[in-house]
Amino acid sequence: MELVLVILIGVLYASGIFMLLRRSMVKLLIGLILLGNGANLLIFLLGGITKGKPPVIDNAAKLFTDIYADPIPQALILTAIVISFGIQSFAIVLLKRVYVLVNSDDLDDLNTPEEEDI
Amino acid sequence: MIDNAIVFPVVVHLFTAILLLFFWRKTIAQRMISIAGSLLAMLVAIGLFAQVWDGGILTMQAAGWEAPFGISFVADVFSSSMVLLTSFSGLAVSIYSATGIARGRMIYGYFPIFHFLLMGLNGAFLTGDIFNLYVWFEVVIIASFVLMTLGGRKAQIEGSVKYMAMNILASTFFLTGIGILYGITGTLNMADLSLKVAALENRKLVDITAIFFIIGFGIKSAVFPLYFWLPSSYHTPPSAVAAIFGGLLTKVGIYALFRIFTLIFIPDDFIRTLLVFLAIFTILTGTFGAVIKNNIRRMFSYLIVCHIGFMVGGLGMYSEVAITGALFYLFHDIMVKTNIFLIAGLIRKLRGTMNMDKLGGLYAEYPLLSLLMAIVLFSLVGIPPLSGFWPKIHLFEAGFMGGHYALIAALIIGSFATLYVISLMWSKVFWKDRPIIEDEGVLTDDFQPLSKFRKSLLVTPIVFLAVITLYIGLGAENIASVVKHIAREMKDTSPYIEAVLGTNELQ
Repeated sequence: MELVLVILIGVLYASGIFMLLRRSMVKLLIGLILLGNGANLLIFLLGGITKGKPPVIDNAAKLFTDIYADPIPQALILTAIVISFGIQSFAIVLLKRVYVLVNSDDLDDLNTPEEEDI
Repeated sequence: MIDNAIVFPVVVHLFTAILLLFFWRKTIAQRMISIAGSLLAMLVAIGLFAQVWDGGILTMQAAGWEAPFGISFVADVFSSSMVLLTSFSGLAVSIYSATGIARGRMIYGYFPIFHFLLMGLNGAFLTGDIFNLYVWFEVVIIASFVLMTLGGRKAQIEGSVKYMAMNILASTFFLTGIGILYGITGTLNMADLSLKVAALENRKLVDITAIFFIIGFGIKSAVFPLYFWLPSSYHTPPSAVAAIFGGLLTKVGIYALFRIFTLIFIPDDFIRTLLVFLAIFTILTGTFGAVIKNNIRRMFSYLIVCHIGFMVGGLGMYSEVAITGALFYLFHDIMVKTNIFLIAGLIRKLRGTMNMDKLGGLYAEYPLLSLLMAIVLFSLVGIPPLSGFWPKIHLFEAGFMGGHYALIAALIIGSFATLYVISLMWSKVFWKDRPIIEDEGVLTDDFQPLSKFRKSLLVTPIVFLAVITLYIGLGAENIASVVKHIAREMKDTSPYIEAVLGTNELQ
């Protein structure tokens, strides 16, 4: 399981960065989404994966002595997913707006020259 | 000492923002509520600073969950003075916005978002939990995206794409760093991380994790070679927005760098060399950019980059004197950078342009305003006894003590280039005769027709910030005692850790 996740994270980061280096705005956005997902999986993996041991204490016991699945990485990922969801939807709307204004998907067309400044 | 008063600076802005949402489209009411909210936030911040200065570090554990299990809020002198400076900038920009922001932007929620931004900044300064810091950063960037795009002019939208892409990327790096840090230490509380990271044996892994944080915060605070988004986006939004961005958003990155690299990752030789190297190139590239720009706000954007290098350099030298100098510079920089963007906005109101070739003759027409602007601009340059001068003494002293001669050379070049561009601006904008432009219709004076009250709304914040800048310069003794206190707390972090975790954890 760990090995699969390691490879998956590597692929997500690599493809995310590759997409970021393209000139298309849509690919830029996809790159950011892939990178974000890679980061979430990385937290999940590095938090330590424990199967079938929920962090629930018996009524009888006072202390938790057994190995248990750490809930914090999942809380972190959940927070990160929610945040990136909001940001990505904003980004999609912004890029659509850019497309309407500039009529191009090419990032190099986003340079209004200095003379047009006010 | 446990005290819930810590979260008041956050709560005041939160409630102001929520209250503002009820007055959607009622712009007069929004302006008054915003100014009142900022004023209240300033009083709260002054109270918090006074309490921390007299009584030592305050902590609050969210919902009573003890550190390191819950989320801690910590106000030490560094945090509370940053909150104080934020509240000064916030108040000034809030007053300025009342006239400086077009009504069209206000009815689409300029003021609520502005207060959410300030809330995020205060939260980032006060939190003692690294993941919580990430969340506050996200609050800040989401609010800043909206402020950046509000209005939707073509240049603005173009700038926002770069701004948005780089900031999301920075957050991803930051999140990756947090993930690795949690993996190797199993905690998120900064005080606890400080102890656990110091105990780790695999120092190479610690360095690599630290580099993720340098990249993440480096993008946010515009450090070489990660700053290119800043000059291509900061000249696009309205001046009030640019002021809060230029004054505070890059500085929150610097705050995080100082916090992380004095508390969690104590820099070893490799990281120190890296930071000094980055600082040298940040200063030089920022300088060269500023020299060639002809638009006031584009020039100021490069000056932000240049001066970020001063602070990063101070952190890289990592002696007590160096950190004192860098923090002093940070305090001075927040006030002055906010103010120069407000001034750029005022010049735009007066003349209808920010292109220095089309400007001129301001001194002949508005001598008093010019004098006011001169005070701020000369403070930025650091002409003694104004505020930019004192931190540089500390930085030079630290540079000679540590033998960082390349950094000293860069500091000298950066200072002289700042002097050069500001005197160039002074002669072009204030002393040169007003050039004759063919289509006069475009360049209108939006300032003269305003009523006296609205004029004062534009000028008061500049005066207010200029007075604070003058105080930083002329009362440098008091500021120095504050920054020296902070530098000592950074060198010896045990009071911070003790305040958060309780005494028994430190053996």
